[in-house]
Amino acid sequence: MSPRKFSFARGLLWVAAAIALALGVDRLAVNWVNPYFYRILVLCGLNVMLALSLNLVNGITGQFSIGHAGFMAVGAYASAAFTVYAVPRLFGVDADASGLAIVGPLLLALLVGGLTSAIAGFLVGLPSMRLRGDYLAIVTLGFGEIIRVAILNIDAVGGARGFAGIPRRTDLAWVIAGALATWVVLRNLLRSYHGRAFLAIREDEIAAEALGVPTTRYKVTAFVIAAFFAGVAGGLFAHYTYLHTNSFTFMKSIEVIVMVVLGGMGSLLGSVLGATVLTALPEALRFASSERLIIYSLLLIVLMIARPQGILGKTEGKRRK
Amino acid sequence: MQELFQQLANGIAWGSIYALIALGYTMVYGILRLINFAHGDVYMVGAFAAYYIASATGAGGARASLPMALLVLLGAMLVSALLGMLIEFFAYRPVRRSSRLTALITAIGVSLFLENAGLRLFGADPKFFPQLIPPRRITLAGGVIVTNHQITVVAVSILLMIALTLFIQRTRTGKAMRAVAFNRDAASLMGIPVNRIITITFAIGSALAAAAGVLVGLTNPKIEPLMGIMPGIKAFVAAVLGGIGSIPGAVIGGLVMGVSEYLVVGYVSSTYRDAIAFVILILVLLIRPAGLLGRNVAEKV
Repeated sequence: MSPRKFSFARGLLWVAAAIALALGVDRLAVNWVNPYFYRILVLCGLNVMLALSLNLVNGITGQFSIGHAGFMAVGAYASAAFTVYAVPRLFGVDADASGLAIVGPLLLALLVGGLTSAIAGFLVGLPSMRLRGDYLAIVTLGFGEIIRVAILNIDAVGGARGFAGIPRRTDLAWVIAGALATWVVLRNLLRSYHGRAFLAIREDEIAAEALGVPTTRYKVTAFVIAAFFAGVAGGLFAHYTYLHTNSFTFMKSIEVIVMVVLGGMGSLLGSVLGATVLTALPEALRFASSERLIIYSLLLIVLMIARPQGILGKTEGKRRK
Repeated sequence: MQELFQQLANGIAWGSIYALIALGYTMVYGILRLINFAHGDVYMVGAFAAYYIASATGAGGARASLPMALLVLLGAMLVSALLGMLIEFFAYRPVRRSSRLTALITAIGVSLFLENAGLRLFGADPKFFPQLIPPRRITLAGGVIVTNHQITVVAVSILLMIALTLFIQRTRTGKAMRAVAFNRDAASLMGIPVNRIITITFAIGSALAAAAGVLVGLTNPKIEPLMGIMPGIKAFVAAVLGGIGSIPGAVIGGLVMGVSEYLVVGYVSSTYRDAIAFVILILVLLIRPAGLLGRNVAEKV
């Protein structure tokens, strides 16, 4: 791959194209599909963001996080709290504003969510200096649960009642833009010098260390970046629907892992596909209402036995043992 | 002071249940390096098996007696042991040579399957577990009140743990299990039937989980198909806390979890109950990454 010179004009053009695409799809969806389907599309987009970001930790860097919902929760509550408590004072934008007036505040709220979550990601990434494999996994699980219980006990964000009064500002356009941004950042990261370092850690951590890759720093970085995007996804979620800690249980983390693994570890396109399929599949199985989750779980087992590398995973990436 | 001892007593009873579940995790992990996520659901199935056996035999009502209670316990353990063997054979054996993550996702799939099949078969509404033993309150010295159920829980747990330890340390099969856990390939070369040993491990672990399910039914007589999720996760944490792969570690981890949960309920707030386990876990892991009793394995370069 020959390095291309960074062109500001071209970058701006891409951003404009992405925004146009997001808005266009949103307009189309609003006019052509029913609200139920629209909602599924939004959730698909959010899950794509979550799966892509988790893939950086689990698939690309070869670490094992099972607490991704915790980062989503941090982002969701931080950005929601920002919107509810800070935005009216800073911008004078009240809850029922719409149109261009909300672009700035929402963007800032998402950034707050992402950054808060990134700080959490830094803290969770730190133990990776000492812990590996299953132990690191269990710490991330613990983090997810602690965050959930902690939020449940903060009264300013609603506690067990759920956080009410957040203006609904997220629409499909925002979610598509978020998913595109996640995709572009991760794709470019993966193709860069740093991306090679992440992959090297996955393939053989000791060899990577011996070749001068600062493995700890990269592992923590992977957690921080992944947490940032999960936080942004959480922020979008908070401004879309009812916000309660029940949306961020251990099962949510598992759901995202399954998306990543099903799509193929380390494959970005795979994560997109996995997230889409696994958001749509339970809905598609609705005809068999009470059996659908039984079918879903059986499909999962059969898929793992038949195609353990996931739909788009590469066989050569398979690790020994 | 009395309050403290009361919470300790409750915590030990509850911790014994975690310990029983944790034993299954630690045994399976020791042999397969697999976090058997379905283990908490096997515990749930054990509770339901006991519920149905008790209803069918009348052990919960008219004919309640100690031998009948024992029969229910053994029946539930048998059902869960069979279930564990089936899970191992149909779900885990085909992915044994795949990556560990594949096996983990398979385990999650099995867990979801058991939960949803349970919701379908048993119904989502909680069932009231029959009174196998009539409840009685006993006041100990210092005003600490325990129920005979709590004493039964602790006694049965201790008996099962002693039996397990003797089995693993003194029998040929137990020796084979230790060999497989130490090095599966070498054990296989020495003529140990690895597949059979793994099956036996799953059977024993699942039977212990079922026993925990029955004991929980005694003390908290409300059972429902999703009851295995949280205890399952916490028992796994207990196993990690004690040092995964270590049997005394699982017992200590379970007791630490149970006691600390009740201390938090008694002295802080019951809403923090689900978090304390993980706080302790993270602290312990940061200081002793291999768990309390785990051995540090030097990394091969």
